[in-house]
Amino acid sequence: MDAVPDNPWFSWDYLSRNSEEVLAQLTTHVSLTLQALLIALAIAFPLAILARRVPALAGPILGVSSVMYTIPSFALFALLAPFTGIGRTTVLIGLVMYALLVLVRNILLGLKGVDRDVVDAATGVGYTPRRMLWEVEMPLALPSIIAGARIAAVSTVALVTVGVVVGYGGLGQLMFRGLQSDYRAQIMTATLLCVALALVLDLLIVVLGRALQPWARRRSA
Amino acid sequence: MNPIVEAWQYLADPVNWTGENGLFRTAFDGSLRFSQDSILALTIEHLYMTAAAVLIAAGIALPVGILLGHFRRGGEVTVVISNISRALPTLALLTLFAASAIGFGNTAVIIAAAIFAFPPILTNTYTGMAGVDADVRDAATGQGMSSLQVATRVELPLAVPLIAGGLRTSVVQTVATVPLAALVGGGGLGVIINLGFATTRYGQVLAGAILVAGLSLLVDWGMARLERAATPRALRLIAESEKVTAS
Repeated sequence: MDAVPDNPWFSWDYLSRNSEEVLAQLTTHVSLTLQALLIALAIAFPLAILARRVPALAGPILGVSSVMYTIPSFALFALLAPFTGIGRTTVLIGLVMYALLVLVRNILLGLKGVDRDVVDAATGVGYTPRRMLWEVEMPLALPSIIAGARIAAVSTVALVTVGVVVGYGGLGQLMFRGLQSDYRAQIMTATLLCVALALVLDLLIVVLGRALQPWARRRSA
Repeated sequence: MNPIVEAWQYLADPVNWTGENGLFRTAFDGSLRFSQDSILALTIEHLYMTAAAVLIAAGIALPVGILLGHFRRGGEVTVVISNISRALPTLALLTLFAASAIGFGNTAVIIAAAIFAFPPILTNTYTGMAGVDADVRDAATGQGMSSLQVATRVELPLAVPLIAGGLRTSVVQTVATVPLAALVGGGGLGVIINLGFATTRYGQVLAGAILVAGLSLLVDWGMARLERAATPRALRLIAESEKVTAS
């Protein structure tokens, strides 16, 4: 295999020659990740609020979530592919499902962790249940929600690569083809971009979280 | 034809379980390999790869975690390691190893899986050891126990439930990682899915997915029982009563 005279792990030459393709796969990766996270958030909030309102549903929702989470991503894509076909839809559904599990659990834990005294005080000054949820409970649950969003975002970036099984893995596509054509620079470039993307996304959520919680900043200052 | 029917037919055919020529085949270099057309052989190979990866990971993570936890040093390092391992795609490490001097096949997969199996064991061992109540440690020291005795007779027994939890996470995660081996020329149950995609037999893809998911759930269930058995009755009762009051 090492008969090729020069097969470096790092190569600017690779990047400059293939910048178009790398950029295209990076764009796919980013758009797939963001789309999955936004859909997961949109489903997770109503589900968590429902589980909070109807405690009898909390057990089944969390139970089903943890069973689903045990199913490997490779198998989940393969379970979906015969019905949803090869390509973006299958990967997207899989990503949404995994992100959803993390988000629902963390939103629910955050809501459950809100101090009873605070809720009582808010009820005492006349908060309606709806205002209580959005103006008292949700803001206090934010640290847990942000923590969940960070885990969901970072693991979604990594999970996209498994999409290669259905031919739609974003940067994973570059890793896989780099392996098939024994092109080390291609694998390494895709790997570094993947890790960098995860870190940038993580940082963005941290910054967003701080912006959403001005009171926490003031306290620590 | 309907993929569900095809998947059922695939799973109901005994030849698919035993393979046409038994569980083993001879590779072109004369070595004995697991047959790729037998569900049983691929399952055994899957479990063997999982066990190898977890044993390597535990062999390093347990001593390091016990040592760091006992001296309460390097807690931040364990957090950083587990965060980085989440950001690094499994496929990236697999392809990197397969393209390196290690080459295609199960060795690259086992090493990559071991690296991902490492953080949960390390974090839980560290937390279990370092989280032991300071009063308990002081009492043990006050009775004349040496530092080594405190570590092995007080901290370690109290940390066992958390360590068992870390092992469970690690094993379940590794069972889920090994299917990717099929993409880099390795074995295990992922082969069935990969061959199914390559030949556009979606019934076989579905059957492989059911087998991988089933094995994962089974292993998770088994590890949960082990975790429960490793937790002393008194601690279990405390945990259960806390669960009741929390909900």
